[in-house]
Amino acid sequence: MTIHVNDQPREIAVGLSLADLVRDLGLADRKGVAIAIDDEVVPRSTWPTRALAEGERILVIQATQGG
Amino acid sequence: MKTAPLVIAGVTLRSRLFLGTGKYSSGAVMAESLAASGAELVTMALRRVRTDGSHDDIISQLDTSKYRLLPNTSGVRDAKEAVLAAELAREALGTNWLKLEIHPDPKYLMPDPVETLLATRELVKRGFIVLPYCHADPVLCKQLEEAGAAAVMPLGAPIGSNLGLESRAFLEIIIAQARVPVVIDAGLGVPSHAAAALEMGADAVLVNTAIAAAADPVAMGEAFKLAVEAGRLGFEAGLAARSTKTAPEASATSPLTAFLSGV
Repeated sequence: MTIHVNDQPREIAVGLSLADLVRDLGLADRKGVAIAIDDEVVPRSTWPTRALAEGERILVIQATQGG
Repeated sequence: MKTAPLVIAGVTLRSRLFLGTGKYSSGAVMAESLAASGAELVTMALRRVRTDGSHDDIISQLDTSKYRLLPNTSGVRDAKEAVLAAELAREALGTNWLKLEIHPDPKYLMPDPVETLLATRELVKRGFIVLPYCHADPVLCKQLEEAGAAAVMPLGAPIGSNLGLESRAFLEIIIAQARVPVVIDAGLGVPSHAAAALEMGADAVLVNTAIAAAADPVAMGEAFKLAVEAGRLGFEAGLAARSTKTAPEASATSPLTAFLSGV
C-alpha cells in the first residue's frame, strides 16, 4: 500500500507500524524527531502500536540549526 | 557585578543574551561559541527530514543539560501551520517554550502581525510559553501581552541585516509600556547594538547571524556576553541625562540682526 512521507509516495507492507517506518528511515536513534499523521502529532510512546493505513500523510520533522 | 536576574514565565535565566544556532560552520564551533557567550536560552528550528537517509544531527552537539531550548516555528505561513509546528516542537524537544515566528514572505522575512496574534491566543490555550517574534509595533506588542505571551520579541532591524536598532523610537515605547520582558530579536549586528538595547531597558537580546557569521564566532560570542552585561549594568546604574543644550546658532543670530537694523 502507499503512504506519503514528507510528500514523497512510499510503498510499505500492510501492517507496518510507525515505529517500523521510523526505523526504515534510519531515525530510530535520532533525538529531536517528531511525527504528525494527517496533521495530528503522534506521541513517540505510541509509535510501536500505531499501524499505518493506505493514503496517510506522514510528516516527519527533526530539530535543526536555526535562529 | 551582580545585576537583576531575568525571569520569564517564572523561570530565572542566567543570561540576558539568547542565541540562535543557525549559520554556524560546524556543530563544534557552535558549541564553543554558545559556551563563550554564557547564553542559557538557545533557539532551534524544525525541518522535514530527508527520506533518502541523510540527516544532520546538530542537536547531538548541544549539551541539553546546559541549555534551555527555544524551538522556533520558522517556515510556517499562518497561525494554523504554526500550531502544528508548535505541537511537533513540543514533542521533538520536550519543551513547551516556543519562539513563535510567522513570516510568509521569504524575501524580507517580515512577521505577519495578524496571524502571530491569532496563533499566540491558541498556543497559550494549549499550554505553551509563547515568545512571539514581531515587528516593533507598540500596539501589537500590547495585544500579544494581553493574549498571554510570556515575552515579546520585537525586531531591531530585518533578520540577518546586522543594521542594529533601526526601530529604536518604537522599541522605546514598547519597553515603556510592557509588563512582560522585551527581547530585541533580529538585526543586531555588533556588540554595541546589544549594549545599546540593554541600556535602553530591553530585558534581553536574541543574536544569531552577528555571532555565527563572525570571523571568530567564539570570540564574538564572548564579546556579546560582555556587551549585554555592560548594557544591563549601565541601565541599572541609571543613565545620566542627555545634554539638552540648544544649538548655538539659534541664539546668536537674533541680537546680531537687531544690531544691524539700527532701530
